[in-house]
Amino acid sequence: MKYVDEFRDRAVAEALAARIKKTVQQPWTIMEVCGGQTHSIVRFGLDSLLPKNLELVHGPGCPVCVTSISLIDEAVCLASLPRVFFCSFGDMLRVPGSHGDLFGVKAAGGDIRIIYSPLDALELARKNPDREVVCFAVGFETTAPAWAMAVTQAKQSGISNFSLLIAHVLVPPAMEAILSSPQNRIQGFLAAGHVCTVMGYEEYEAIAQKYRVPIVVTGFEPLDVLEGVAMLVSQLEEGRVEVENQYVRSVSREGNRPARSIVEEVFEPAPRTWRGIGEISASGLRLKSAYSAYDAEVKFQSELAQLSVGIEDPECQSGLVLQGLLKPMDCSAFGTRCTPEQPLGAPMVSSEGACAAYYRYRGHVARET
Amino acid sequence: MNSNKSFEPGCPLPISAKNTVQLAHGGGGRLMQELIQDVFVRAFQNPMLESLHDGATWPVEKGTLAFTTDSYVVRPLFFPGGDIGSLAVNGTINDLAMCGAKPLYLSAGFILEEGLSLDVLQQVVNSMAEAAQAAGVPIVTGDTKVVDRGKGDGIFIHTSGVGFVPTGVRVLPTLIQPGDAILVSGDLGSHGVAVLSVREGLTFDSPIESDSAPLHRIVADLIECDIEIHCLRDLTRGGLASVLNELATAAKVGMTVDESVIPVSEPVRGACELLGLDPLYVANEGRFVAMVPASQIEATLAVMRQHAASSQSAYIGAVTDHQSPPIVLRTVLGTHRVLDLLSGEQLPRIC
Repeated sequence: MKYVDEFRDRAVAEALAARIKKTVQQPWTIMEVCGGQTHSIVRFGLDSLLPKNLELVHGPGCPVCVTSISLIDEAVCLASLPRVFFCSFGDMLRVPGSHGDLFGVKAAGGDIRIIYSPLDALELARKNPDREVVCFAVGFETTAPAWAMAVTQAKQSGISNFSLLIAHVLVPPAMEAILSSPQNRIQGFLAAGHVCTVMGYEEYEAIAQKYRVPIVVTGFEPLDVLEGVAMLVSQLEEGRVEVENQYVRSVSREGNRPARSIVEEVFEPAPRTWRGIGEISASGLRLKSAYSAYDAEVKFQSELAQLSVGIEDPECQSGLVLQGLLKPMDCSAFGTRCTPEQPLGAPMVSSEGACAAYYRYRGHVARET
Repeated sequence: MNSNKSFEPGCPLPISAKNTVQLAHGGGGRLMQELIQDVFVRAFQNPMLESLHDGATWPVEKGTLAFTTDSYVVRPLFFPGGDIGSLAVNGTINDLAMCGAKPLYLSAGFILEEGLSLDVLQQVVNSMAEAAQAAGVPIVTGDTKVVDRGKGDGIFIHTSGVGFVPTGVRVLPTLIQPGDAILVSGDLGSHGVAVLSVREGLTFDSPIESDSAPLHRIVADLIECDIEIHCLRDLTRGGLASVLNELATAAKVGMTVDESVIPVSEPVRGACELLGLDPLYVANEGRFVAMVPASQIEATLAVMRQHAASSQSAYIGAVTDHQSPPIVLRTVLGTHRVLDLLSGEQLPRIC
């Protein structure tokens, strides 16, 4: 298949792996930021092609995983309201809140719709003026433009029964939070190719220089990841600190200008609590005041006011996993008290979650030890 | 990919009761008799059904019978390449075929929702009749119930089937042995993707049709040609990955399969890449896996490839000694990973 097979070529992969082995002289610890890259690494066994002294650490780039438990509780509350159509991407339905998940709400009679595009949700609102359509707007910079477009179209068309429960997060503040941590071990980053397709990589240049870490913007296919690793270890071994772009077929330095401008028109940075990590300033998005009528937290203020503060399962160590401080299978609950059927935390649920990736593709390694 | 969902299937205008299923159609009175005669008996016509007895009877040969049962709750009722009616007939025939049996007779139970269009019912019943006729397996007994509007999803169909297992034929998961070859009968995932695309209003440049098909003639040919079949299993819900896990667990063996030779059509691969689905876990309705001795790979493929429904049969891997977890996939890059059971349905990803 075009655009896929050429990036999964075995001979090229082996040549790249050989190049990495030849380059790496000292131990390095690098982080792939995006959960999509984590899954590609585990699904295709890319780490087994790499030298032992090169450690890949999985980053916080799974929007489902980092959504705070309080927001899941808000979603569960809003989805349970009568006359609400609650729209979500499928990944979010199994994520546990303090008192159950969205699948549980659906089973109890809540009207939950899995959507593929924010504009589908807007269409639902247009066709059902007597219902409230509430959307769980989850994601990184990649999905923000589509939500921004849905909100601007709602405003232009005078659709008032449409609102967003916003869980949007931004990548660069999370990278800075990891790098500022006293426990940080990360010496280089593979930045998330899809995020950079929208945002470009100008803002990563300051991070690279401030923390003296090389960054390579990297795609998601196996050869993308291997080439990104090869570029990153070259920088590390040569002592260079630059932002390089492996994913040139999709990413430019300035990103997608129309997409960025619609995000800037509708959203502004806001503090955001990351599940298992805590609050990071200016790491999320919220609607600007001109669009606050579409903010579900404002619209359903009185209903949400009754919620108590969300409580994480004390046994879940997903915060450490998301910061690269713990490998999923080194967690004492992995595969025993925490499984995709009975998850303690979101990384065991999401299709991009590191724990789910290890459980699904590495079950034998983990469960035999 | 476009999206053109409609969330309000109901028509606001009152529909003439004459054209719809009513509770009385299941009440045992005249309306029910009319429905049975005009819709079911007329479509399924065969002497055993026309006796309108409480059940069907027939003389039996000495030997082994196979008996299977299945329920069909697919939404939407009609999808590219099939519908709930042909699916029910083919699915039950396939379950019998996977036991090594020659399918003999089917039963059909209908749970109809009040308000269902009689035209829709007629289309489904006609499709069942055509599928049964094409397969040469008559529907000889049946039942109809009607539930209140809102308590069903249009039509639920429950089918059972009886088949005859020829003397000397034994096809069982426990016969699978280390060293056996694993063959699949064709490209994977088109049924699941076809149904998903209609259900969710997704359209693709290349239309994807369900693979729904009866498989009993392929199995009969394999038996006829003296292939030493150890096990057969149709790759329905959960797809290839789930079936291999079930079989390996039952047979207490391991299996290694090669991703690069597992057939998946270009449109299905494309759709799965877009939606974040793995075709190895997507449902099929006309595909099966066969475990045979390694010495019979070519002979088995030669028989299978003579049939349209299995023309793309492929040898995809081998049975190994017991290992945990049981199924290992050799990826296109030559690395290895586990092919585990999914915890639930696959969910489309966010980005």
